[in-house]
Amino acid sequence: MTSLAATPLAAVGEVGKGFIHERTGETLPCQARPNHLFCWDWATENIHRYGTPTLQQFELTVISVLIGFAIAFVLALLARRFRLLQWPLLAGTGILFAIPSVAFFLLLLPITGRGRETAIIALSAYTLQIIYRNVMQGLANVPESAKQAARGMGLTDRQILWKVELPLAIPEIIGGLRIATVSTVAIATLAVFAHAGGLGTQIYSEANLTFPTAIILAGGIAMLMALAFDVVFLTVQRFATPWRRVEAV
Amino acid sequence: MNVLAALPHPVFAGFTGAFEFIFSKQESSVTGGKKVGGIEQVLELAWTQTYVSLLALALAFVIAVPVGLYFGHRGTGELLAVGIGNAGRAVPELALIAFIAAIIGVGIPVLTIALAVLGIPPILTNTFVGVRQADRSAVTAARGVGMTEFEILRKVELPMAVPGIMTGVRGSTVNIVATATIAPLVGVVTLGDFILGENVYGTNGVLAGAICTAILALLFEFALAGLQRRLTSKGLRLQAQ
Amino acid sequence: MPAAEATEQSQGGASSVSYQGATKRYDDASAPAVDHLDLEVEAGEICVLVGPSGCGKTTSMRMVNRTVELTEGDILVGGESVKRKDGPRLRREIGYVIQQIGLFPHRTIAQNIATVPQLLGWDKDRIRARTAELLELVGIDPELSDRYPAQLSGGQQQRIGVARALAADPPVMLMDEPFGAIDPINRERLQNEFLRLQADIRKTILFVTHDIDEAIKMGDRIAIMHEHGKVEQYATPAEILMAPANEFVEDFVGADRALKRLSLMRVRDINLWKAPLARAGRPTSEVRAELDRPDVEVPYALLVDDRERPRGWLTARDLAGDTVPATADAPLGPVLETGDVMRDALADLLQGESMYAPVTDHNGAVVGILSVEIISEFLGSPEAKTDEHAAVERPRD
Repeated sequence: MTSLAATPLAAVGEVGKGFIHERTGETLPCQARPNHLFCWDWATENIHRYGTPTLQQFELTVISVLIGFAIAFVLALLARRFRLLQWPLLAGTGILFAIPSVAFFLLLLPITGRGRETAIIALSAYTLQIIYRNVMQGLANVPESAKQAARGMGLTDRQILWKVELPLAIPEIIGGLRIATVSTVAIATLAVFAHAGGLGTQIYSEANLTFPTAIILAGGIAMLMALAFDVVFLTVQRFATPWRRVEAV
Repeated sequence: MNVLAALPHPVFAGFTGAFEFIFSKQESSVTGGKKVGGIEQVLELAWTQTYVSLLALALAFVIAVPVGLYFGHRGTGELLAVGIGNAGRAVPELALIAFIAAIIGVGIPVLTIALAVLGIPPILTNTFVGVRQADRSAVTAARGVGMTEFEILRKVELPMAVPGIMTGVRGSTVNIVATATIAPLVGVVTLGDFILGENVYGTNGVLAGAICTAILALLFEFALAGLQRRLTSKGLRLQAQ
Repeated sequence: MPAAEATEQSQGGASSVSYQGATKRYDDASAPAVDHLDLEVEAGEICVLVGPSGCGKTTSMRMVNRTVELTEGDILVGGESVKRKDGPRLRREIGYVIQQIGLFPHRTIAQNIATVPQLLGWDKDRIRARTAELLELVGIDPELSDRYPAQLSGGQQQRIGVARALAADPPVMLMDEPFGAIDPINRERLQNEFLRLQADIRKTILFVTHDIDEAIKMGDRIAIMHEHGKVEQYATPAEILMAPANEFVEDFVGADRALKRLSLMRVRDINLWKAPLARAGRPTSEVRAELDRPDVEVPYALLVDDRERPRGWLTARDLAGDTVPATADAPLGPVLETGDVMRDALADLLQGESMYAPVTDHNGAVVGILSVEIISEFLGSPEAKTDEHAAVERPRD
C-alpha cells in the first residue's frame, strides 16, 4: 500500500524549483540541477541557520547524558549493593534501550506532550543501559585481590568503593559515557519529531528533505560533534588513568 | 479498551484513543472519508517493518560476520574493525535516510541497503572482538591437534565468538528497527507512517504508532535475547557463571 | 635469643595472639570450618599454620582481623578481644599480606605503602619519611616509589606488599601464602630476605602455607592442621621433625624428614672443609704442597683476591707455572654464605652441578668449603636421626 500520510516526500517534485538566494532573490545556480550533491554557494550562504540547531543538539546531548549517567551510576551502585537487583536492572534498562527513540518521544505525548523535556527523557532513558552496563563491567573487572587487600588493610566498604573500585573502573565508565554520548548525538537528530529542535530541524522540513546540501550539512555537523565528544572522552580517559599509560615489565 | 478510560488518572485516559485507533478504524479529516487505523492496517504496517528489518539484518549479517571472523582470525585490522563500530554509532539515522532518499531514490531495495549500512558496524565490531577474545590457548591446542585454519575458525573460534556476534546482532537490530520507523521518508510504509502522519491519522494515530513500534522493537529484542541464550554453547554459559 | 634484645630492636613492638575456642560456622555447611581452636602465639614469633587445603588454616588466620567473623569463641590480640573494635579499625592495626599481593594498580608504589597511614590520618611528612624507611627496609630503590605496580617484577611487588603491610608498624602481621605465587628461585630469596627483616622487626606473624618445607623454614612454631582447624601438633620445626605427634603429622611431614632437617640448619652449623687458598703471585710449589696435605680434601686450590674473596678454581694447568696466575682457568660456580640455610645450599650445589663450593662470611672472605659429600655424611650420621639434635635451636641471623 502507499502512504496515506502527506509525508514530505510529496515535495520531491519541487526539487527542480531551486532555492532562492535570500538577499538578492536570484536562483542559486547549483539548484537548477536536481540531485546536485553539494552546493557550496548555498552552504556558505545558509550556514548561519545551523547555529541554533547545533546548540540545541549539543544541549540535548549533554543534558541527556548527564541525567542518564546520574541515574545509571546510582542504579549500578544499587546493583553492586543488592545483587538481586542486577538482572532486573539489566533487563529494565535493556527495554528502554530497545524502544526506538521516535516511538519513545511520542509515547510520552499524553504525559509530557512535545518539547525538549520529552526529548531529554527519551534520550536519557536510551543512555541508561549503555552506562549501567559499563559501570557494572568496570566494577566487575576490579581485581579481587585488590579488594581483598583493601578490606584486610581496614578500608571501610565505602572507602573500598570510592578509593579502589571506582578509580579502577574509570576506563570502562568513561568508555560507556563515550559510547552513550556519541550515540546520543546521532539520535538527538530525531528530536525534531518531539518538536525539541536540534539538527534534525534542518533535515526534516519540506524544503530540505529533498535537498542533499542541507542534509549533508546537518548530518556532517552532527558527526563532527560526535567526533569531538569522542576525542574529548579519549583525552579525559588518558589523563584520568595514568597507571594505564605505563609500560608493564 | 474502556478499562483504561475508567482509570482515574488523565495520563491513562490519554492512551485510550490510541488503543481505539489500533483496534478499530477511525474517521480521518484528510482522506476524503476513507477510514484509517484498525488492526488490519496496524498488522500490515508492522509486517512491512518486520520484513524490511529482517531483510536488512540478514544483509548486514552476511557481510559483517565473515569480515569480522576473517580479521579476528588473522588478528589484524583491529583499528579498522573498532573504528567502523565507533563511526557507525555517530551516523545520524535521519540524515542517512533523508540523504539516500534525496540522492538515490525511494523503495524497499534502497531502504534495505541503508538499514544494512547502519546494521553492519555493531555486528562487525562485536564479531571481531568475540574472535579475538576467544581463548587463545584453545586455538593453539586446535592447531596442535592438526586442524586446518578454516577448521579452527569454524569449530573453535566461531562457537566462542557466538556471544559476541549475538551482542552485535542485538545492537544492530535496535538500530535497524528504530530506523525502519522513519522508513516512510523513503516511501516504505512502516508503523512510522502513523507517527509521521499526524495530519492523516490524528494524535491518536501518532500515539498508536508509537505504541506499536515500541512493542515491535521489544518483540525483536526478546526474540533475539532468547536466541542468544540458545545459541551460546552450554560450556561457555557455565564458564560465565 | 634473649628477649631483652628482641624488644630493643623492635619498633612498634609485637603483641601475642591467643585463640580461645575460636569457631567459624558457615550457614550452608554442616560442619564448622574451624571448630573450637585454641592456640597461643607468642609475641615476636612466626607461627606457621600449615595443612592440606580445606583444613581451615586460612579461615583461622582471617578471624584475627575479622575478614572472617567469629561465630563462637574469641581471639585476643595483645590481650584485647578482636570483637571490641569495629572491623576496619581493627584491621588498620594488623598487617595483611596475601598471595595475590593485591597492590592497587592505580596507585603508585609510595601511595600503596601510604594506604594505612593515610587512613590513620598521619601527616604528609611522616608518611613520606615512613615510606622511604620501608622501601629501604625491603630493599627497593626509592627511585621506584613513583612507579605503578605494573612496572615492577613479581618479586618487587611482593616486597612492596610486605612494606605496605608494615606501614603503620602493626604489632601483628597476617601473611596468607605470601610467596605462593613467586617462582621457586625468587621465593627462596624472598623467604631469606623476610627472615632477615623479621630478625630486625620481630613482629608477631601468623603465616599460612600449604607447603611443609616453607613452614619448616619460616616458622618459629608450626601448627599442623588437619580439618575443621584441628591442630594435630603445635611445636617448633625441630620437634615436629624429630617427634611427629601422630601418623597424620608424620605423613604430612613426609618420609624425607632427615632431608627436611637441612632446612633447620645453616651452613655455619656444620664442619666445613679447609679451603686451600692461593693469591696471585704465590709460588705454585707451595700451593701444590698444600693440596697434598692429608687434611685437605678438595683436589683444587681456590684463587682469592687480597681480601680473600673467591675468584675461581685453579686447575693443574694454572699451577703448571712458577707462580699462581691472576685469573683462574675454571669458573667459580656457586658461592655460599655462612648464613645460608643448608637446604638452599644443597640446592645451589646441585643446581650449579658442582660437588663443592666456597663458603664466605658476611665480608665475602672465604672461610671454608661445603661439599655434597659433607651433607650426605651428615644425613647418614646418627646425629641426624637421633632426638638429641632437637636441641639445635632455629638458627637466626
